Amino acid sequence: MKALRRAYLGLVLVFLYAPIAVLVVYSFNQSETRAVWGGLSLKWYQALFHDKNILDALYVTVSVAALATMAATVLGTIAAIGIHSMKSWTRDLFMNVTNLPMLMPDIVTGISLMILFIFMKVPRGYGTMLLAHVTFDIPYVIFSVLPRLKRMNPNLYEAALDLGARPQTALLKVILPEILPGVITGALLSFTMSLDDFAISYFTSVRTANLSMLIYSMTRRKVPPTINALSAIMFVTVLVLLFVVNNRGSDTGRGRGTSGGSAP
Amino acid sequence: MKRSYFAAPYGLWMAVFTIVPIFLIAYYAFTLGGGFSIENFRMFLEPAFVGILTFSLWLAFLCTVICLVIGYPAALLLAAKDMKRSSIVVVLFVIPMWMNFLLRTYAWMTLLEDTGLINRFLEWIGIGRQRLMYTEQAVLMGMVYNFLPFMIFPVYSVLSKRDERLLEAAQDLGANAFMTFLRVTFPLSVPGIVSGVTMVFMPAVTTFVIPRLLGGGTFMMFGDLIENQFLTMDDWHFGSALSLIMMVLILISVGILNRADPSGQAAEGGGLW
Repeated sequence: MKALRRAYLGLVLVFLYAPIAVLVVYSFNQSETRAVWGGLSLKWYQALFHDKNILDALYVTVSVAALATMAATVLGTIAAIGIHSMKSWTRDLFMNVTNLPMLMPDIVTGISLMILFIFMKVPRGYGTMLLAHVTFDIPYVIFSVLPRLKRMNPNLYEAALDLGARPQTALLKVILPEILPGVITGALLSFTMSLDDFAISYFTSVRTANLSMLIYSMTRRKVPPTINALSAIMFVTVLVLLFVVNNRGSDTGRGRGTSGGSAP
Repeated sequence: MKRSYFAAPYGLWMAVFTIVPIFLIAYYAFTLGGGFSIENFRMFLEPAFVGILTFSLWLAFLCTVICLVIGYPAALLLAAKDMKRSSIVVVLFVIPMWMNFLLRTYAWMTLLEDTGLINRFLEWIGIGRQRLMYTEQAVLMGMVYNFLPFMIFPVYSVLSKRDERLLEAAQDLGANAFMTFLRVTFPLSVPGIVSGVTMVFMPAVTTFVIPRLLGGGTFMMFGDLIENQFLTMDDWHFGSALSLIMMVLILISVGILNRADPSGQAAEGGGLW
């Protein structure tokens, strides 16, 4: 029975990993076409580091994700503190508005922002992509921080004030440390969402391409084998990062954190 | 200063970047040639367009069912008592999700193409080359591959939190393994199934990347159709009407799904959706 279970999980894992494994194997292929195996070679890795298109797209992807995460984390954390102290109907209003981008299909979010930018005559490029990413990232921060605020003892803040702390100090020294795990979870979620985004970037930027957009445009023509090398490097990076995070072993919102990836 | 004012910058941000854009879509959807019109919606009723919608819904439905059939047992096994300590296995299920979505889909292109590994294997065992790419099955395959983890994880996270003593109690009271599953485990997993189904069905119905890459434009899905109206046909009015239809469809289906969740986990969000 136990062997049967293992076999089933193994089979699902094979399904999940086979395509990635194929890319990794092809990344060492000497031959340019996938139809022929030309022997082992590292030349696609060398080519990768000289491919300006890919490096540029990589830079755009990582920098947009980092900047959007920072902006969304600050805005979202402050907003969560505000929402937490709200009364019923304003609170409901804010929660519904926060839910909206999470429920809206990516393509509709992207198109609606595209219409906005064209309507306001803002040229679509790096800046508009960044604005769009901040917009879809904030709700993840809010939904990660709010549960922490709810669990917090409200008397702690009052006690700090009673002991003579100014409200700003109480906020920074009492509330922030209490909700920090939620803030970090929110930031991590935002970062992964941004890294993986295609649809929203595709509609909100024409002049600047992130990695997903570049790969998409390549599949319309011909995908160079350097992309296989890139896949292999990204796969190993994710592998190492996740095992490090997992070994750090803590309960800091793992349940939500692990459900990252390309969400709806 | 009242602390609820802290949410003001966020409120302003969402007004500009979420609420106004939705109103812009609604504006284009209900206007044509400068005046109010429902012509865009009437146009949608043409059989060709309704056909695209029903086809997308059908494919997304199939994808959701397949993900549930494959993913539920996997989640159940991952949450089993003897697996608990081996969190490595759980991490193994997470990793593919973190690969870039476009790369994952491109990987399937290399497997399914005419000279791809699957075809070469078929040739080798004597079946001969099959046309795998640019078929409905290829698109369905790509969708299942991309969205399967979204079914496994919600179910897994609900099941791994269940109280083991409930299972023991059921067994003590004379339930066999099947009855324990039917009366204890399965009802407990319903919230996970609901969010899993939502997380698979929604992106499956709206995707335009997977049908483009694996379907090769041989047939259209609803996401394709919308993208086409904006970037190829330049018909913002019809495109906006389609976007609005899709949004309403999604909101209705999320509403129905949330109602199926007895624990009301979704009540968190203010309850409107």
